[in-house]
Amino acid sequence: MSEYNMENKNPAEAPAGTDNILEIRDLTVHFVTEDETVEAVNDISMHLKKGEILGLVGETGAGKTTTALAILNLVPNPPGVIKSGSILVDGKDVLKMSVRELEQTRGSDISMIFQDPMTSLNPVFTVGDQIAESVMLHENCTKAQAYERAEEMLELVGIPRERAHEYPHQFSGGMKQRVVIAIALACNPKLLLCDEPTTALDVTIQAQVLDLMLELKEKLNTSMVFITHDLGIIAEICDRVAVMYAGRIIEEGTLEDVFNRTKHPYTEGLFNSLPNIEDRTAELKPIPGLMPDPTKLPKGCAFAPRCPYATDACIDTPQDRHRFSDTHFVLCSRYKEPGFRIQREEIS
Amino acid sequence: MAEYLLEVNHLKKYFKTNRGMLHAVDDISFRLEKGKTLGIVGESGCGKSTTGRCVMRLIEPTSGEILFEGRDLMRLNKKEMRAARSDIQIIFQDPFSSLDPRNTVMQTIAEGVKVTGKYKTQAEIEKRVLELMKTVGLAERLINAYPHELDGGRRQRIGIARALAVEPKLIICDEPVSALDVSIQAQILNLLKELQKDLGFTYIFITHDLAVVNHISDDIMVMYLGQAVEKAPSEELFRNPIHPYTKALLSAIPIPKVGASRGRIQLKGEISSPVDPDDECRFARRCMYTCDKCREKNPPLVEVSPNHFVACAVFPEQARES
Repeated sequence: MSEYNMENKNPAEAPAGTDNILEIRDLTVHFVTEDETVEAVNDISMHLKKGEILGLVGETGAGKTTTALAILNLVPNPPGVIKSGSILVDGKDVLKMSVRELEQTRGSDISMIFQDPMTSLNPVFTVGDQIAESVMLHENCTKAQAYERAEEMLELVGIPRERAHEYPHQFSGGMKQRVVIAIALACNPKLLLCDEPTTALDVTIQAQVLDLMLELKEKLNTSMVFITHDLGIIAEICDRVAVMYAGRIIEEGTLEDVFNRTKHPYTEGLFNSLPNIEDRTAELKPIPGLMPDPTKLPKGCAFAPRCPYATDACIDTPQDRHRFSDTHFVLCSRYKEPGFRIQREEIS
Repeated sequence: MAEYLLEVNHLKKYFKTNRGMLHAVDDISFRLEKGKTLGIVGESGCGKSTTGRCVMRLIEPTSGEILFEGRDLMRLNKKEMRAARSDIQIIFQDPFSSLDPRNTVMQTIAEGVKVTGKYKTQAEIEKRVLELMKTVGLAERLINAYPHELDGGRRQRIGIARALAVEPKLIICDEPVSALDVSIQAQILNLLKELQKDLGFTYIFITHDLAVVNHISDDIMVMYLGQAVEKAPSEELFRNPIHPYTKALLSAIPIPKVGASRGRIQLKGEISSPVDPDDECRFARRCMYTCDKCREKNPPLVEVSPNHFVACAVFPEQARES
């Protein structure tokens, strides 16, 4: 390995004190246009420990990607406005950074992997050059050293180093996504944001990429926020889960909390919508209706119009937070009533 | 003997490319009983969509026989084929690009209604359109809406209503729920199942999602590089997969349960090129059981147990022995 190896940003060197690599407090992001305001992310708080993978699940428009972009301070402005909140990455607030500081942070402390590997690579540069570019920008090294590092990264993600001289079109979809992962990891970031990184891939290739990501997490102790709509992938790779609906985290807990001791009616609805691979005759119970229009969010619980347990109070008043344990909470007012429970059985 | 609505024999579609002949669909045969669903699964580029389109000659097959109610569609001329298409309809994956943005819901569905020739006056047509909208669960007030005003789930319902409008017997569903969120996906899957139960449709259901195909199909055909590698009733296929590719595919499905991740079969490499393939098993280069027999010739699809077909030189024998 060259001198720009993994060790020079060893987690042990990070300032002692807080355990959290990421801490989001009361984040609200709106998109404001002349005609309307899209309330994309509404007052969310979450944290991520070193070496942990947090899954962010939800359907289209739930605010998952906006949250990730906010962590990079990349929400397009205008129309995006960060109304309130702070986002501490390794103790520093990204929302208060200067442009220069942000440039330093993005790519070296925080990286992002996007959904579509076909469009995130530049077709006219070799993959080796593209990986070396990010190394050159963030590390104090020569071009040759950066290229050397690029070849090492390719090997790390399972691509022979000779292929560094090839262009993106010479790689298949799964291989391209590996290249994107190599770029994201080239500067050994402390935090990796993955926005549906396997959605565009076939299942057998997806399995390979997921295994690779788990392996890299073991090796490099990278913390990840993993955005997906696939509960199967969450079960496979995440330590903790946050379920988003209409810009809010409506249930959060460890993987076991959310999957085995599900509490929120929406989370229950998601599980009931999935075909059961072990029982093909099991009936699907879809959630009726549609996600609310984010420009006209109801004043009460946003899920209430679709919720089988909703009462009049749910529709009129914002939902309360209810804690079940140190790790597990939901946004649902019904739990104020003693003895309230949803239908889904707990799995022990 | 069971009555087959559709019988496809030795269907082939080759595309000429600069590098040679691309074998998109290579000798596919299947039969489909009335009122049943055949699921076709496989990864991108395996030829599942091309197969679906060839069946209704949206893509002209290179050769083969497509018997629909006993009549060979391949022998029909253009005009006859046009008429025959009212019996076979297709629902596309992307409800965003498969609808004409300048047509309202009414106009889109009415087009199909007029084709049947049963409804003459505007009032009759409108009544029928409303009927169809009700069948697929679209609110009456949306009749004059344009596609851009509607979400993916509703657009897909228009796509389904448009297909139903011509009163087809066979509906080819090409990844109809892949672009939709899970809660909406479940709504559409339930709708398709209900329609089948109530109106007796026959489906060819093309998808890459194994959980979905298992849920909706009676029989499943697994395709790899233009060929069927395994074909069996759904339950049998999931309980007792024989082909190494099917096994790998099933083991790769992420299961939404804590600790459900079972021993995963890792496939080496990626799909090889379908251009002028050698006469060897198409899966040989990724398969962990490859032996000399696999490289000698491409194994044919053989029946290893009633209704369970496998194209593999290694495994059927082991299955028989055990």
